[in-house]
Amino acid sequence: MTVLDNSPSPTSGPAALVEQLKGGLDAPICLTWELTYACNLECVHCLSSSGRRDPRELDTDEAKAVLDELHDLQVFYINIGGGEPMIRRDFFELVEYSISKGIGVKFSTNGAFIDADKARRLAAMDYLDIQISLDGTDAVTNDAVRGDGSYDTAIEAMQHLRDAGFGEFKISVVVTRHNVDQLDEFKALADTYGAQLRITRLRPSGRGADSWHDLHPTQAQQRQIYEWLLAKGDDVLTGDSFFHLNALGEEPLPGLNMCGAGRVVCLIDPIGDVYACPFVIHDEFKAGSVRDPGGFSQVWKHSDLFTELREPQSAGACASCGSYDACQGGCMAAKFFVGIPLDGPDPECVRGEGEAAMLAAAAGQTAPPRPMMDHSKPARVPVSITRR
Amino acid sequence: MLDSSLDLHPQVALRPEPFGALAYHYDTRKLVFLKHPDMVRVVRVLGDHETVADALTACDIDERRWPSFDKALTSLYESEMLHDRAR
Repeated sequence: MTVLDNSPSPTSGPAALVEQLKGGLDAPICLTWELTYACNLECVHCLSSSGRRDPRELDTDEAKAVLDELHDLQVFYINIGGGEPMIRRDFFELVEYSISKGIGVKFSTNGAFIDADKARRLAAMDYLDIQISLDGTDAVTNDAVRGDGSYDTAIEAMQHLRDAGFGEFKISVVVTRHNVDQLDEFKALADTYGAQLRITRLRPSGRGADSWHDLHPTQAQQRQIYEWLLAKGDDVLTGDSFFHLNALGEEPLPGLNMCGAGRVVCLIDPIGDVYACPFVIHDEFKAGSVRDPGGFSQVWKHSDLFTELREPQSAGACASCGSYDACQGGCMAAKFFVGIPLDGPDPECVRGEGEAAMLAAAAGQTAPPRPMMDHSKPARVPVSITRR
Repeated sequence: MLDSSLDLHPQVALRPEPFGALAYHYDTRKLVFLKHPDMVRVVRVLGDHETVADALTACDIDERRWPSFDKALTSLYESEMLHDRAR
């Protein structure tokens, strides 16, 4: 979805609009729904710590009831993810139901379940977007993060989509220290498949809490991302996820440049819990459940958490920084899972304040909060034959 | 634009919001903010009137504000949210 803010208004400008959005909308613009915690992969940065199915997962009827509600709220579009959403047996049923209700679907997949037949079925549907996750333009780089064979799987799915005439699907990349030099190659790869490139920010969420310190881009690489986006990012999607980089220069990156958590975005997890955004699966950011009386609407409109997030936020430790207007203090989720207070600097603050804040947090008595709802598969214990 | 005969594109849905409305185009997947309730009223009735000017008159929009409406409607037309209607 492209958000245009170019409709001049008889009375207000873009700044006024962002202030309005911070106060929250009547319904989300961009709602992410992780359909299942089950996944065939075990990516080291998985933001939902997916792997095993949760037995409490919403069933087909419950999921359809949520879609009915989103229809009534006039939610135009949902992002479906997981886990691997195509693992659900009712995947097509739910997607078709959603589209029939006027709710467009974009779903994220690792591609493992897109064979030639499924690709044709997907290509025949309107109002459907597909995002294939890929974190390297070669198997070595990609598979180090996403697991052995996952590069080939993704490329094969892309070939099936192209052969089926799906049209412009998306290739979705989480930018890391190891693939940041491949941005041009990712763009070329997308062009080859008639696809659109989407790059997003790595967060220390889910299993990412453990891999973030080794994977997140260095300060120099952050500038590289910012400059690449300004130079070549015109038709590259970012989910507005790099707004913390705006403090690097005069020219802001395209997008709304604000944290939308609980204001214009939210997450519904596989068991129906509603969180402020896809990157904060933790009780502290859980607003309620679609299974509660009043359903999703009640949570979106009246939950204490979302009401609080829509109140003016304090710039806290960043109040005296000249860049605050540009970066807005960065990403709440990123701060939370590295132990930085929510009114502190982003861990990837381009002025370097994040490093100091993380050191200060580490010097404190309490460890950073751990992500919740871990559905990782049990670690495989290598079988060793020992001599007694 | 004031003399044009316009209508909301059939693939565009409007969702009321405190500031005005969101307009979503199901084909282009573009989302636009209509940043004033008056703008929403005008857009909703465009199809019922011969010209844009007639719609502005019918909505009681002060003529001093017409240029800004003209500009906003032109922008909506360019992003295909509005389309030409046969007279």
